[in-house]
This record gives sequence, structure tokens and C-alpha cells, in this order.
Amino acid sequence: MKFFVTFYFIFIFNICLSLFTKKPLQESLLDGQEIYEDFCAQCHLEDGKGVKGIYPPLAKSDFLKDINRTISSIKYGLKGPIIVNGEKYNSIMVSQGLDDEEISDVVNYILNSWGNSSDEIITEEIVASIKK
Amino acid sequence: MKKKIFAPLLISILCLTSCISQENPPEIKTPDQSKYTTETIVDGIEIPWGMDFINENELLVTEKKGILYRVSNGKKTEVSGLPEVYQRGQGGLMDVALHPDFNKNKTIYLTIGVHLEGEKGGNTALYCAKLNENSLSNLKLLYKGQPNTKKGQHWGSRIVFDQNNHLYFTIGDRGNRDVNPQDISRDGGKVYRLNLDGSIPKDNPFIAKENARKAIYSYGHRNPQGMVFDKRTKKIWANEHGPRGGDEINIIKRGKNYGWPIITYGINYSGTMITDKTKMDGMEQPLYFWVPSIAPSGMAFSTSNIYPKWKNSLFVGSLKFEYLERLEIKNEKVIKREKVLESIGRVRNVKEGPDGYLYVAVEGNGILKIIPN
Repeated sequence: MKFFVTFYFIFIFNICLSLFTKKPLQESLLDGQEIYEDFCAQCHLEDGKGVKGIYPPLAKSDFLKDINRTISSIKYGLKGPIIVNGEKYNSIMVSQGLDDEEISDVVNYILNSWGNSSDEIITEEIVASIKK
Repeated sequence: MKKKIFAPLLISILCLTSCISQENPPEIKTPDQSKYTTETIVDGIEIPWGMDFINENELLVTEKKGILYRVSNGKKTEVSGLPEVYQRGQGGLMDVALHPDFNKNKTIYLTIGVHLEGEKGGNTALYCAKLNENSLSNLKLLYKGQPNTKKGQHWGSRIVFDQNNHLYFTIGDRGNRDVNPQDISRDGGKVYRLNLDGSIPKDNPFIAKENARKAIYSYGHRNPQGMVFDKRTKKIWANEHGPRGGDEINIIKRGKNYGWPIITYGINYSGTMITDKTKMDGMEQPLYFWVPSIAPSGMAFSTSNIYPKWKNSLFVGSLKFEYLERLEIKNEKVIKREKVLESIGRVRNVKEGPDGYLYVAVEGNGILKIIPN
């Protein structure tokens, strides 16, 4: 009985630990969607298609292949000419003041929406490790 | 039978497509752009939100992420002593305005996104401070929007003065459109009016109303980011970011309700409806609304004789389409629209300087002066 109780508590403890240390992707996607609608959709639009020549698309966007650059753009801002899906863009996006967890959530949302899919799950720690 | 259906069908299709694609008149024209050039007054500023002129050679410029610059003969120096700026989404360090009696008292006003205390997040605050050479002193909080929120949208903000020493400033709906703009006991979605010392004028419209935020001058706004005092008519003009197809110009009147989100000409950016109402008793109609939305920023009248053909025109920056818009106004109606400085970049602000020239703030660039050739 004692053994069983101990085992039970260790089991519960482990579940708690795994829940609190790593945010499940589903939850990250939901939080990411909220951030996206608040901070990104105004320009990139809710369907991620952007406005040709003005706001680059995120849906099926070749810019997202470089995930570190994607994270860096959101974290520190992005300025100057870029080419996205063969179209030229030359504007400015400034840092939105999001914290590392919010950035990981919104990147997960972007990487898994509108026909995009990614095997990599972005965590708060990965965002924290990206330097300017 | 077939023919009978065909004509009405064709007409309704034509109507529908024209409704969707049509621009709200007057149609914007793009005249010869070689009649004027620009001179860079200062560069290297990401988002030059606000500016005001100390004299013909010196101005103050805010950078949204939280830097106040003093620009003297093209050289910019950081001014120290700002409160901690809460930079999030569309908020940060926003407008700056010199006290009408600045030459005597060296006082300036700033609108800033701040956290201060209380709930997580932030809201727009109005401060005044004394400007010594390159530092601020006597920093005083005059007003702070409540409550804080982590929402990124709609902080406003512009500051202007009327001829009777009132200060007006704006706070947007703070991303809570169904709660804030129509409720005068709450902040957000309002134009505010204060005395220059921050006290509330005795003739403010809601001064006697229980629970009202007494600084409110008008309400039902979404996100006013352009405002100017028209010296000729003594009226306050403002533009605001609407939803898709709902950007507006309004003349701000005491105690009036500008309708957001009960009435609007716009729809959600996703294409869904907000309301089917564009008019309602007790709510103001816009003087003009833009279809398509241009994302209007700062606003100014040209009153000098430097650009004879532009005298008394209204100028509005377009963030989205990256040009400066000139609007000819007759009897408070827009009769002509023109692109000035096509493809210049995201225009954040426009102001008439003490020398009568128009100064334009462009994102990723700085402040440009428009010079006729």
C-alpha cells in the first residue's frame, strides 16, 4: 500500500512537471492565434495572405523556411528589401513588444496555419536563444 | 423567360461588383510628382510618431520605441528623463506638443503607453514636463487611461490645443470595442479635453454626469491618430483608423458620439460584418470615410502661401499606401483627393512648420520637408 501511494505521488508529480515545463502545442497554437489576431492580422490579414507588394504573405511563405530569421524579425523587427514568394517588399516591421513565450506561440501558430506545417515546435527557450 | 431574368441579374451583378470594388468618391488622382521635392531634415528614425517645432531650426521628434529627440539644424540628440515607456503593439511613445506658451515656461506634453501599477499591460497616459536643453524635469502625470490591458491595438494618440488654452488628446478603444467606446464611465475610444495644467474644464460635457470620466470631450471613436486645430474656423479635426473601409475624418464636437462600433461604414478585416448600420439618431456622421482604407496617420492644414495651389488643403498621411494625401475641402465636404509624395514610405505624421512648410514623418526614414520646385 505504502509503495502504491508513493508511486502514485511520483506519477502525479511527473505529470505536473511535464505540464508546467513544456507548453503543449495545442495550447501554444491557441495562445498564438490570439496574439496573431491582436498584433499581426491588421497587416498580414487573418488568412495570412498579406497585401501583395505592401505586406508580405505568411501563408505558404518561403520566408518562413529560415525559422531563426522569422523569430528574429518578430523579436527585433525587420527592415529593408526582402523577396517573399518571388515578390519584392521593402518596408519596415518593428518589434511589437511581445515576450519570448508570446513569440514562441505566435510563431507556432504561423508555422501551422493556412496550409503551413512544421515539425519543429518553438519554445520560449528557443526564442530566448535568438540574438539580434 | 430567360431574357426577363437576364437583365435584372446583370444589373444586380454589376451593382454588387461596383459596390465591392468602388472607391468612395472623389477618386484619388496622381498629379505630376515633379512639382515638388523633399529635403531630409533628420534621418535614422524607425517610427517618427510625433513632432513639434521649437523654432525654425529646431524641433522635437518622438520615436515610438521610446526615444525623444531634440533636432537642431539636422542633428538629433536624445532627450533624457522620460518615464518608462511600455512599448507594445501599436503603443509606445506617441505624440509630443509644445505648450502654447513654451517660450516662457519650457513646458511640453507627451502621450505615452505606460504600465505604472495595477493590472498587467498598459494604457495611454498624458504627461507634461519641463524641457531643459537635452533633459526633462518636473515630469507630471496628467491623465492615465484605465484599466491596463495587454491588447496591442488602438492607443491613439495625438495632442492639440484650441484658442482658449484647452488641450485635447486621444486614446483609441484599446482593442475592446464592444465595451469601451460607447461607455463614458470608461476610458478608450475617446477624445479628451483638459486645461493646460491638467485640471478638468468646468464646461466639459460630462462634468455633472455621475460615474463619467470627466475629461471626456467626445466618444464612440475607434483609433484617432490624426488631429489638428483649424485656426480659421476654430474647429478640431480628427481622423481615425476604422475597420476595413471605415477610416474616417470627423470634426470633433462637444459631447458628441461618433458611433463606433454601433455604426460604421467599414467591415471587419476578415470580411465579416460588424453592424449593418451606418446611421443612427444621436450619432455623428463622418465628414468623410475612405474606401479603401488608407490607414490615416497625422493630419495638417496648409495655411501659408508657400504652396499657393494647396492653400487651406487638408493633408493626411497614409500608412498603408505610403503616400501623403491632399484633400480639398469646401463647405466641410471633400471635393478633391490627390496623392503627394507617391511611394515615399509609410507616412506617420504631417505638420505645418513655423516657416509655413509642410513636414512629413516617414517610417524607416525620418522627417522630410516638402519644397515646391
